[in-house]
Amino acid sequence: MTERVPVLKIGDVLLVSIQVDLEDQIVLDLQEDLASRIVESGARGVVIDITAVEIVDSFVGRMLATTAAISRMLDAETVVVGMRPAVAITLVELGLSLGGVRTALTLEKGLNLLARPGNDRPAQR
Amino acid sequence: MAEQDISARLVELLTARGELLASAWVEAVSRTLRGRISLAELDRELHDLYTALVAGIREGGSDWQGEAYAEVRALLSELSRGRARQGFTPTETATSVLACKDILAPTADTPAEDIHAYLQLSKLVDSLALFTLEVYAKTREEIISAQAEQLMELSTPVVKLWDGVVAVPLVGTLDSARTQVVMEKLLQALVDINADQAIIDITGVPAVDTEVAQHLLKTVVAARLMGAECIISGIRPQIAQTIVALGIQFGDIVTKASLADALKHALRNSSTDLSINGGQA
Amino acid sequence: MSGLPPVPGTEHQTITIESNDDVVRARQLVRGLAQRCKLSLVDQTKLVTAASELARNTLVYGGGGVMRLGLVQRDGRTGVTAVFEDSGPGIPDIDQAMTDGWTSGGGLGLGLSGARRLVDDFTLETEVGSGTQIAVTKWAR
Repeated sequence: MTERVPVLKIGDVLLVSIQVDLEDQIVLDLQEDLASRIVESGARGVVIDITAVEIVDSFVGRMLATTAAISRMLDAETVVVGMRPAVAITLVELGLSLGGVRTALTLEKGLNLLARPGNDRPAQR
Repeated sequence: MAEQDISARLVELLTARGELLASAWVEAVSRTLRGRISLAELDRELHDLYTALVAGIREGGSDWQGEAYAEVRALLSELSRGRARQGFTPTETATSVLACKDILAPTADTPAEDIHAYLQLSKLVDSLALFTLEVYAKTREEIISAQAEQLMELSTPVVKLWDGVVAVPLVGTLDSARTQVVMEKLLQALVDINADQAIIDITGVPAVDTEVAQHLLKTVVAARLMGAECIISGIRPQIAQTIVALGIQFGDIVTKASLADALKHALRNSSTDLSINGGQA
Repeated sequence: MSGLPPVPGTEHQTITIESNDDVVRARQLVRGLAQRCKLSLVDQTKLVTAASELARNTLVYGGGGVMRLGLVQRDGRTGVTAVFEDSGPGIPDIDQAMTDGWTSGGGLGLGLSGARRLVDDFTLETEVGSGTQIAVTKWAR
């Protein structure tokens, strides 16, 4: 009986705010939940808020990259928001640059990014 | 002659004409310091030390590392730290202690047992002088590392150039440790002032090595992970040559010739955000 | 297999790593000790991330094992050491296992090589058929 991270829907954007220390199974469940919710709801964008996340290891990093790739295939853009400086430095040292994942400083900026698809910066590597 | 007897004789010699000997010591030291410490202060310092030293010999013989010498060591540490801070040389500092020997210096008609006592004092004072020098060196090291830290703080200011734009102008030689500090400060500043454009200006940096270049690259990638764009400006020709020669890939990182160009680029990049946020602010 | 000697006068803990929950617990214990040891926030994060990678390796590739955690002292500096031990299949080719991107189990292949970059000291002992022991240390600056 593992808990699940709630996926909220605001307009045509799905919002996930991670507030718990992520156990691997929860990460896998979340990835599945998101894919099916995108299809169900016809969402155009996904925002994953990791402001409260203290570490991102290669497992979670891979989930973020995979989710971005899956959602793109389902015609939705994924933005990861709120990564802490220490987490970013560690990820770089670990060798993960989250290719294909778009990022924003805050939830607000992330939502703005999705609201203006024609206007945004080129997708990041 | 047993060691206790020598110590007892030494104490006797040092107490019999205590005031005179202590004053002779002060006199000798004050000559070497040439008035850079007030006579009154020196007098108090050395008299305290003299008293403690006699007590130490009486209680603990020549075992200067023992319990009986705690007071002596404390006083010496204090003296040594003070000298180090006031910029006295190691020689001047050690001489303050070593001069203590001369007050009992034997003459032609010194009896043999007093010469033994002098030799014991001499050995003891040598050890204490070395101890003093060690404290001196340690204090200097502390001063140096504190200054290095201050310098690091001073030399890595992160400034807000515009709404949503921060910059860190780097001046001087970059080593790995300093670059890491800059990196952490810059990334934290992005969060603190909600900036999504960062400029690292290296106009004032004479050279970079592989490690520093790698750190700069990592900073840019880490900023991206956080959702900010990082521009490197002011790369000198020599540095550009180094970076190419080292085979470091700067890839798609935005580089600009000057800080002004970088700011222009940053503002253009964030202009959409500015116009949207501007209405609400 | 020779373990890292526990430093006299410092406490150390041992937990078993048998499930995903244990990986989370290992992270929390490492963070707690790293905070007590006054590692900087970045260093704490690096060490906890490395521990997370290694704990997962112990679980997934080693078939479970233990983590021993403790404070260590050297040259007047304090550090946090975590030792991961399993009695799994061992690593046949260490050089290959330490290469970025190489994986035997469908991961990103950054676990070992990445963990090594995140810590100050990294030692690996392994014997095919009898197990693997990895010790990592991060020193307070």
